[in-house]
Amino acid sequence: MEKYLMINGRKVLFDNEKNILEVIKRGGVELPTFCYHSELSVHGSCRLCMVEVKGRGILAACSTPPESGMEIKTNTEQIINIRKIIVELLLASHDRECTTCAKSESCKLQTLARRLGIESIRFKNILHKEQKDVSTYALIREPNKCVLCGDCVRFCDEIQSIGALGFANRGSQSVVCPGFGKELESSECVYCGQCARVCPTGAIVPKSEINYIWKALSNTNKKVVIAIAPAVRASIGEVFGLGGENGTKVAGKVVTALKDMGFYKVFDISFTADMTIVEEANEFLRRIEKNDNIPMFTSCCPAWVKFVEQYYPDFIKHLSTCRSPQGMYGSIARRIMPEILTIPKEDLVVVSVMPCTAKKYEARRPQLAKDGVIDIDYVLTTQELAMMIGEAGYRFNELEPSAFDMPLGFKTGGGVIFGNSGGVTEAVLRNVVDTKFDGVNEAEQFSLVRGEAGVREVKINLGSRELKIAVVYGLKNARKILRDVEADKTRYDFVEVMACPGGCVGGAGQPVYTDLTVRKKRAKVLYENDKTMELHKPKDNPYVQKLYKDYLGEPGSKKAHEYLHTSYKYKKRFKETLEISDSVENNNIKVNVCFGNNCTTKGSKEILKHIVNFVEQENRKDKVDIIASICLEKCSKGPNIKVAGKTIEHCTTKAAEEAIRAELEKL
Amino acid sequence: MGSNYDKFETVCRILEENKFDKAKLISILQTIQEEYKYLPEEILAFVASTLKISPAKVYGVATFFAHFTLEPKGKHIIRICDGTACHVKRSTSLIETVRNKLGLKENEISTKDMLFTIDTVACLGACGLAPVVVVNEEVHGQMTPDKIVSLVDEILKQEEVK
Repeated sequence: MEKYLMINGRKVLFDNEKNILEVIKRGGVELPTFCYHSELSVHGSCRLCMVEVKGRGILAACSTPPESGMEIKTNTEQIINIRKIIVELLLASHDRECTTCAKSESCKLQTLARRLGIESIRFKNILHKEQKDVSTYALIREPNKCVLCGDCVRFCDEIQSIGALGFANRGSQSVVCPGFGKELESSECVYCGQCARVCPTGAIVPKSEINYIWKALSNTNKKVVIAIAPAVRASIGEVFGLGGENGTKVAGKVVTALKDMGFYKVFDISFTADMTIVEEANEFLRRIEKNDNIPMFTSCCPAWVKFVEQYYPDFIKHLSTCRSPQGMYGSIARRIMPEILTIPKEDLVVVSVMPCTAKKYEARRPQLAKDGVIDIDYVLTTQELAMMIGEAGYRFNELEPSAFDMPLGFKTGGGVIFGNSGGVTEAVLRNVVDTKFDGVNEAEQFSLVRGEAGVREVKINLGSRELKIAVVYGLKNARKILRDVEADKTRYDFVEVMACPGGCVGGAGQPVYTDLTVRKKRAKVLYENDKTMELHKPKDNPYVQKLYKDYLGEPGSKKAHEYLHTSYKYKKRFKETLEISDSVENNNIKVNVCFGNNCTTKGSKEILKHIVNFVEQENRKDKVDIIASICLEKCSKGPNIKVAGKTIEHCTTKAAEEAIRAELEKL
Repeated sequence: MGSNYDKFETVCRILEENKFDKAKLISILQTIQEEYKYLPEEILAFVASTLKISPAKVYGVATFFAHFTLEPKGKHIIRICDGTACHVKRSTSLIETVRNKLGLKENEISTKDMLFTIDTVACLGACGLAPVVVVNEEVHGQMTPDKIVSLVDEILKQEEVK
């Protein structure tokens, strides 16, 4: 039977829509909303999507399931008034410095106020000024612009399974903040920035580094080199009305603009993406051969890397040690480029343009520096690049495309599709699997790893071995894979993880989008771009080959490791410790008992009890300080304790007692 | 050993008894507050870690309910009712008087020596006795500024004797 709603007197059919908001949208009416995102759970808190349903009164469309025959009005006087009042009330407690807001022109609150024709705000301004949070390299939180829709909270929890942000307090005191009201930097945030993407206002925005760039450009002693990531060409056109436009053309226009701004060289991160594939494919083959830390996880997404470092330290050795394309670019630019370009090292300024906020954090990882000098000085997002183009006054659409500078300008299709979820895997497969299917289009052979689902599994034959591969986006999906692998429920050889839905094209540094078809369009741009490329396998890139020959030797060589690989480190999520002894003194023997969740369930409580009793019996309470720590960072070897700085893994009550006794005897 | 260990031991026991179930967060927090008289941040972090929930979520629950407090409380807790009935019977003057008496500044609720904490509550359910003040567990009805001052003096005197 045909199911329908009567919307403003018009019949609109529906089938599986979960709520009437979606059906109404299908009927051509875009209801205003802050808190409804089709990717997230329904929250129903902003009350802007109110509609009148005959016989049932005024309801929030986002949380009302459709029933056939419902008669709905979306624009009665009463509804319009309700919406206006809601927006006015929000504005009454909002920092209305719109002209200086980073979200100006893409802010939903601003758009809605204009759309509803709000001319004055009848309510007294009750904004409590709160401090900006500028603690991270990636994001800025401006609590004064928060409308409490909870989109960021839900994204972080539901899609990323992190929950770095949460609601705190109640009623008029409600705020969204990291745990204990602290700064974002101290939280478990992985800087994916998707909170900023879904935020309807400017309450969370990517941190801008534009000013530093203009400053560097105007310094005549400096040579500023820049490289743009694959995903940038798929989205920057949107800002200038060229959404979905050919990637090569858009990238070419960007090159022209950057050259005009005064950048000394404009490179393509797709080149180093090719290198990443060459190096990573080599690493993968070696690992497969030796069955060494399989599955191998990709490591090009810095949000994912931080995720593993802080939640799954035991899996760190499963991460590919290859630097990300940005990391490789940084290393080559900083260490090899001065020689190629014959310029003094100290005059070089290295900039990258990324679709990503986490890349800003990645660039400052101590592992991507040498002798205290960081490889990449500044990281711009696609948004910032678009802003700079606007600031400089270029008519983007009229710019003639130019070519990237060599050698870091030539790329294969494999380097370009890197920006899509599944792209890294596809490029690696192009490199490692010797295809003997004559007549098959090289570019499309491995396209089975493509798709829109958050978890995709593929089996491919590599010689006699069947490779099981997973392609994942969203860290909650990744967490599930890790748990399954941990519990031996499943076996994979290769797992690609990107934190952002859709991969880098859906990154938080990209122009803000809410319509999910935008992401599909961007993915298509990259795949189309790949088709037009001369070469598709990263290992065929002649400039990559030359760079290896001139500077790095073979893939996987010692030199290649020095320049193109990195390392990871367990990242403590909690820094809290708890004094168990009633008084703690500096010179005493320190005994730390780990109470991380792993050790707690493995018996740290019994060990603690034993230690406390032992020290009491020996009457040495004044000499031993007992402290509970979360945690001692060796989860797979728990329960752990630390006596006078020495860690005892797989600790028992007896081992603990002996260690403390030994220390006491030294006194 | 000392009280620190006993308290921590209780927290571990509570978590175990609740089978590390995150759905039991509220009752876990209640027990912790009984033990420590407030919710220390380190303990909340420990709870978040063992229950495998984010600190932001634990913090959200702990700040949502008026019953929970994240600040250490003083030895003597004076709760002054500012519900509707008490409010019209001038409970605000009681609050002012006792805060002045104890020398509390703007947002402070406890004295520096942690002897007193002043809590303003919405309703104690004893409107017939308005205005009502509860000192520790003892209810005092029909309070006046003079009476509240003498209650504080009494406690101060007892503390001196000790």
